[in-house]
Amino acid sequence: MSETLPAEGLLGWSWLLIALPLAGAAVLLLGGRRTDRWGHLLGTATVVASFVVGLLCTFQLAGLDEKSVSVDLFTFISSGDLDIRAGLLYDPLSAAFVLLITGVGSLIHIYSIGYMAHDDGRRRFFAYLNLFVAAMLLLVLGNSFVALYVGWEGVGLASYLLIAFWYTRPAAATAAKKAFIMNRVGDVGLALAIFLMFAQLGTTDYAGVFGEIGTVAGGTVTAIGLLLLLGACGKSGQFPLQAWLPDAMEGPTPVSALIHAATMVTAGVYLIARCSPIYDETPTARTVVLAVGALTLLIGAIAGCAYDDIKKVLAYSTVSQIGYMFLAVGLGPAGYVAGLAHLYAHGFFKAGLFLGAGSVMHAMNDQVDMRRYGGLWKKMPITFATFGLGYLALIGIWPLAGAFTKDAIIEAALDRHDTFGYLLAGIAVLGAGLTAFYMTRLMLMTFFGRPRWEDGVHPHESPVVMTLPMIVLAVGSVASGFLLVSAFPLSDWMAPVFGEPEEAAHVIAPATVLLIVTVVSLLGIALAWLFVGRREIPVTAPVRVSPVTRAARNALYADTVNESLFMRPGQWLTRALVFVDNRGVDGAVNGLAATLGGSSSRLGRAQTGFVRSYALGMLGGAVLVAGALLAVTAG
Amino acid sequence: MIEAPDLSLAALAPLLFVFGAACVGVLIEAFWPRDSRHPVQVAVALVGTLGGLVCTLLLAGRGEVTAAGALAVDGAALFLQATIAGLGALALLLFAERALDPARSAFVTSAAVPAGSPRDRELATSERVQTEVYPLATFAIGGMMLFVASNDLLIMFVALEVLSLPLYLISGLARRRRLLSQEAAVKYFLLGAFASAFFLYGLALVYGATGSVRLRDIREANLAEGTDLLLVLGLALLVVGLLFKASVAPFHTWTPDVYQGAPTPVTAFMAACTKVAAFGAILRLLYVAFGTAEWTWRPLIYGVAIVSMVVGAVLGLTQTDLKRMLAYSSIAHAGFLLTGVLGLGAGGEGSGLAATMFYLLAYGITTIGVFAVLTLVRDGDGEASHLSQWAGLAARSPLTAAVMGLFLLALAGIPLTAGFTGKFAVFRAAIEQGAWPLVLVALLASAVAAFFYLRVIVLMYFSPPAADGPTVGVPGLPTTIVLAVTATATLALGVLPGSVLDLAERAAKFVG
Repeated sequence: MSETLPAEGLLGWSWLLIALPLAGAAVLLLGGRRTDRWGHLLGTATVVASFVVGLLCTFQLAGLDEKSVSVDLFTFISSGDLDIRAGLLYDPLSAAFVLLITGVGSLIHIYSIGYMAHDDGRRRFFAYLNLFVAAMLLLVLGNSFVALYVGWEGVGLASYLLIAFWYTRPAAATAAKKAFIMNRVGDVGLALAIFLMFAQLGTTDYAGVFGEIGTVAGGTVTAIGLLLLLGACGKSGQFPLQAWLPDAMEGPTPVSALIHAATMVTAGVYLIARCSPIYDETPTARTVVLAVGALTLLIGAIAGCAYDDIKKVLAYSTVSQIGYMFLAVGLGPAGYVAGLAHLYAHGFFKAGLFLGAGSVMHAMNDQVDMRRYGGLWKKMPITFATFGLGYLALIGIWPLAGAFTKDAIIEAALDRHDTFGYLLAGIAVLGAGLTAFYMTRLMLMTFFGRPRWEDGVHPHESPVVMTLPMIVLAVGSVASGFLLVSAFPLSDWMAPVFGEPEEAAHVIAPATVLLIVTVVSLLGIALAWLFVGRREIPVTAPVRVSPVTRAARNALYADTVNESLFMRPGQWLTRALVFVDNRGVDGAVNGLAATLGGSSSRLGRAQTGFVRSYALGMLGGAVLVAGALLAVTAG
Repeated sequence: MIEAPDLSLAALAPLLFVFGAACVGVLIEAFWPRDSRHPVQVAVALVGTLGGLVCTLLLAGRGEVTAAGALAVDGAALFLQATIAGLGALALLLFAERALDPARSAFVTSAAVPAGSPRDRELATSERVQTEVYPLATFAIGGMMLFVASNDLLIMFVALEVLSLPLYLISGLARRRRLLSQEAAVKYFLLGAFASAFFLYGLALVYGATGSVRLRDIREANLAEGTDLLLVLGLALLVVGLLFKASVAPFHTWTPDVYQGAPTPVTAFMAACTKVAAFGAILRLLYVAFGTAEWTWRPLIYGVAIVSMVVGAVLGLTQTDLKRMLAYSSIAHAGFLLTGVLGLGAGGEGSGLAATMFYLLAYGITTIGVFAVLTLVRDGDGEASHLSQWAGLAARSPLTAAVMGLFLLALAGIPLTAGFTGKFAVFRAAIEQGAWPLVLVALLASAVAAFFYLRVIVLMYFSPPAADGPTVGVPGLPTTIVLAVTATATLALGVLPGSVLDLAERAAKFVG
């Protein structure tokens, strides 16, 4: 890590990044109905303003020699040895995230103006979105694990509120609860990791922890790494905590785009990248990260093949793509930048895909079943074009974004020069084929073929306030890969954080990798056309299907596993505890209360109201007092 | 020939101010025209008490013995005098409230008219007001301020009587439910006289044992001769007299009856100021006169503290009248205060004195506040003090319920209120002196007592309003001031107690 300097100039004002959307949320939530008419505009303005500040800060940072500045804010807790100062750290890594969050965030706020135009809760929606942006920025800008944790919980809260935005729908309420509880499992890991760091090193500052981590015993470092990974898995929907993310699609589509595709779910990748000094010390934890990434990549891709709900397919795709990122950052120094580049590109194309899906749903009266779509390309040309570009970027067709970033990950895996590395590369290539299959299936079912619309549905193109962000994101989907990998390599920008990029000896030339991936992807497309495009698509899903399809439809039984391994035993434990509580604890408490009440009534009888008995009581008391004193003195 | 004792008039200024105002009040009662007497009396009483308060603040930092050794003007005395004067002024404001009762005053017009007689019924609806209560209360305040500063058992006894006699009188002056009020006054008087007799006999025994009534001489006699039987017996009887005033169980029996019967402003006054005065005297007697013989009385105080906490908390559970409930609460609080007394430790080195003084201030403020709220909620026959009448009050009058809730939480000792800070301070002081078993009992008693405070909150907020519920009166300026000051202080002493704790810390000194 390079030297961290106190911030000067505009960077000293970088707290505005967080303060602006936070103030927006406060005004919208506290202002109540008075802000209904202009609330959405204020909410959008704060995020756009944040983006501008972020842009200016990043420009200033680019001009500095030491690309890492800290902003001291205030003392959060100071008690004895515990001294936690709240501060921000602005370095290339956080700058990249700031731009992604505020940039994509601005676009999605603008899109939401159109998407939520007819919703009664529009103000509340923008308030929560602002809250999310503020918390997410704190998460990436904090200079200590405690600040990160505050942001981490903040985005969890915002995510919960937004998934349950339509809280009168039982499905949305349940999904929000599920997301919150599964995240809690991960958060416990993160909290324990922070406790462990504090116990071992006496600090939670990045500078302090990363500077001293070498002095901590290996086993402890591994434990910290694994606990951090648990936190990352919860937030990023990775195995075994992936089941909440597809359900989270119950929230409004802009939320899915911003929180559950582009930004929040990548917090786990940020955490692991930020903690690179810890993971560099512990190969064991890194191997677990790799295994989690590879496994999730496959699970997500397989499940994505079977769903008919357009948003669920995209959600499983997100799970799968974040699996790629985990795999990349698990590779260590060679992979951090590749993972982050993929994260960036994914932020563009997946947000674009979700916004496109939202646009389609907007046109189809909120229908999400792809079996009820078909032939939409004629009706919605802009949506089709932008969605198509996102699709090509996601499946990695050269020269769109995914081709560059995904190949970089596969190359990094191959560069391990061992069997495990080749296996990982193989899985990644297989995943690319599956991705091509399910995304082509989605395209075919949605935009091509015979219209299978329900009665009374008249698809139409969305208003310009919605299509404009989609176009911008499509441009990003096309260009970001080339820009980040070849034109202005992200590895140069990130050099102060992860070190200078090393030119590794490639086993297989990048061009060959590209060729292999392209061939596998084309194979996936062809298969999808064979299975889906050629035939008539029934409007109800067929029931008699192969066991593989059934397993995929059940997301490889993730919910079943969770339910039998955790939920049922948990319920039994709860019932047992309730029983003990009712019979044992309540019995004791109620019994005690009854005893006290009884003695109160009995003692109360001494309060007769007669002065003579009061005086007698006093006399008795005086005798006791005198007796006691005499006894003490004499004894 | 008798030589005049040396008097430091400056050091006596607070007392002179208050007693002066009381004497002026008597003259006004005799000579001022009846029609405009009330505002003048209120003004004189307030000028006296607030003047006394200002004088104590100006004297802050002094530590001297004056009036031929009869009075100790030290940090503790001044802090407690300021507390009494301040709380007394708040209570006088409650006395002066004229907007709540339809007959414009909480006090009977003519106490000598037999209750229920035709003349009484005639006067009950007249708007004539009673103004003797102001000089009487001012005398009581003066007596209390003298009580906490007396460095001499005889002066202490005189002060005890000066503070008690007006209290007996004004307890019986309720405008409504007069018989209950008069019964309370007679009970208080009889039992108070009984307790005074104990005190006086104890005084005589101590004089017999040591040949002096000066606290310092008693202390030295103690050191020189060891503790003899006569002295111990005298101490026991003195303590009984003081515990009675502090309403510590088993000398508490008068408290519920008197608190319930007395006019509510008088109950507020007694509950807050008498408690401060009594504990001031207990602290001074135990630590100045008998500080070197701590081992003799420590187990006793330990025991009565437990009895008081348990009796107060347990008996409070089944009360259905708010004023009686608060009486039992005051008994329990007396027990908590005694833990602070024990926290002073051998030689007075512990932080118990500061903690107890802070507790007294916090408790006094909250108590006056809670009784002030009681005066607001009324039915056709005066205050609606039965618990059931408070059901659903929050729906009818959210602000009243919120303020009442705040005071009840403070009495229960919930954090961010004055009550918590006070309890924390006395318990910490007691633990520092190794009295953790006592603190354990105190915590359990607090938990039990919390039940009856919270029950009122539950009633106010979660019960459907009673059909023929009470009305919530709109208070006039005096009660509004009292509520605003007490609520603000209750919160402030809970959230930012630092400066006041610091002040108590610096004031926590006895001379003598």
